[in-house]
Amino acid sequence: MKVGVCIKSTPDADTRLKVAAGATGIETAGIKWVISDYEKGALEVGVSLKEKLGGECVLYSVGSGDTEKNLRDGLALGGDRAVMVDDAATKGTDALGIAKALAAAIKLDGLDIVLCGRQATDDENSQVPAMVAELLGWPHISFVGAFAIDGTDFVASRNMGGATEKVRGALPVVVTTEDTIATPRYVKLPEIMKAKSKKLEKKNLAALGLSAEAIAPAATFSAYSPPPSRPAGRKLAGDAAAQAKELVRLLREEAKVI
Amino acid sequence: MSSLFDRYFDDSHRTLRTEVARFVAAEIAPYADRWEEDASFDVGLYRKAGAAGVLGPTFPTALGGGGGDVFHGIVAAEELLKGGSTGTVAGLGSLEIALPPILALGDDAQKQRFVPPVLRGEQIAALAITEPGTGSDVAGVRTRAARDGDSYVITGSKTFITSGVRADLVITLARTSEDPHGGLTFFVVERGMPGFTVSKALKKTGWWASDTAELSFDGVRVPLANRIGPEGSGFIALMQNFENERLMLAIQGHALAERALELARAYANEREAFGRKISKFQVIRHKLADMATRTASAKALTYAVAAEMKRGGSVVAEVAMAKNHAAEVAEFVCREAVQVYGGMGYMREAPVERLARDARLLAIGGGTTEIMREIISKTMG
Repeated sequence: MKVGVCIKSTPDADTRLKVAAGATGIETAGIKWVISDYEKGALEVGVSLKEKLGGECVLYSVGSGDTEKNLRDGLALGGDRAVMVDDAATKGTDALGIAKALAAAIKLDGLDIVLCGRQATDDENSQVPAMVAELLGWPHISFVGAFAIDGTDFVASRNMGGATEKVRGALPVVVTTEDTIATPRYVKLPEIMKAKSKKLEKKNLAALGLSAEAIAPAATFSAYSPPPSRPAGRKLAGDAAAQAKELVRLLREEAKVI
Repeated sequence: MSSLFDRYFDDSHRTLRTEVARFVAAEIAPYADRWEEDASFDVGLYRKAGAAGVLGPTFPTALGGGGGDVFHGIVAAEELLKGGSTGTVAGLGSLEIALPPILALGDDAQKQRFVPPVLRGEQIAALAITEPGTGSDVAGVRTRAARDGDSYVITGSKTFITSGVRADLVITLARTSEDPHGGLTFFVVERGMPGFTVSKALKKTGWWASDTAELSFDGVRVPLANRIGPEGSGFIALMQNFENERLMLAIQGHALAERALELARAYANEREAFGRKISKFQVIRHKLADMATRTASAKALTYAVAAEMKRGGSVVAEVAMAKNHAAEVAEFVCREAVQVYGGMGYMREAPVERLARDARLLAIGGGTTEIMREIISKTMG
């Protein structure tokens, strides 16, 4: 079984994002880039499938800089090798551009399963995995909370907001996972050290048979602006009874929530 | 500010830090207050920590350790201490001082027998040096091990032994001849050996969650296979062991100070007096600035010493300096944090109250401040 896991490097959840000067993006200085939360579960599933069924678990990512560190972290968790699409032209592309790069890299490896998080924790657009599936000509199963292989089929459970939908089908398949699908194992130091010498291939667009024009974005971001700052809270005065009375009045008449 | 110390760490350290932090957030932080008040942490934590690879980051991988360098050890210790229970870290960490004599002096069979189960968290190891009549003056150890055929008979008592109550393996320093230094030998005393008893669990100023014991050896028969190294080899191994122990205590110093500083800053930004946040008062801001400066100085010295240890240099005096400085800084910063908290800082529910108690140990454990000064001054001629 050859399993691929797509990983996106996103700002750490504790990051306080700021709009960069010129409003053309976010200020990236000082940001700690980590594996997107939703993809940590996908990674655990991918590694577990490989351990159970044999074969290979390959990690894919598009980016530079910290992307390599995050791929190494994925290798420490149990990935066998990694492919990093490292090309300046990918900066500023859109979801379809990223999907084209990933699909081209995946095609070269002949995988059975591609796992992705249901969305990235930064832009949360949920577009790339479906596009990868389309470009590969594979089915795409989204919002998967449980995933298993049964013979030559896959069996996936989709969370449908209170109900569960079971899907069975033939491989290959692209799957997007919920973050609850699996708890990532703790990575031990010997695995971290071993990951340093695992194969991590950097490929530019030309190596994938793509060009900068092929992944040019259909639309570009024109401006970023921070959300409006929250107004200061209001302090109520008086004794407890007076405060409670005023609070109820405000909730009813101003906030209109009761 | 953190970039000042980045040079000591590579990606492997950063990844380990993230992983230990995950473990601490899930398995220690939610229970830290209860464990400290109960004066005992969940014994199941050893296995969980072993399974997560948190125990023994610097021990050889062939024995189940992490195979890392001294900075991997630092990263793990710093993150564990952020969990809020110094006592728990002391208990989990007793293996860090108990196992090195086996690594230094033991044969392969002893290493394979004793080390991996401890690093898996299946067994608990403690180091027993101090006695009711002997502390820093190790040459005064009176617990005796008398050879009797293919075994030794150990008689005596030990006190202030971290993890002593729950230990499965007590790495015990005993006297095999009258030579003050050359007559000391390590033995592994195992739980359940006839004559070996835990006399009592001791109550302490700080480190409440760690168990601290008084141990009794009443004619405990220990097989030759449990003697670590040749007779008389204990003192040198113990001296080497002290370097690691003192470094770990120095790390604990800046880690406690950092936590106290962080808590004090947060509290100062919340607490109001005279109509404004107390962080707006210059007296508090300057206090926090002093706390930050001293904490950084302790960390800088300790990291510099650790880097020299990693390089293989001799740091006997330098590690003593680092421990003394970090102990002073920790006591100062934790005391000041209590001061920022005011009346609340004197309450048991305030985390800084616990830190101030915990910090007091640092000037005593692993050799007192005064002994450290002796070591430093001897190198000055």
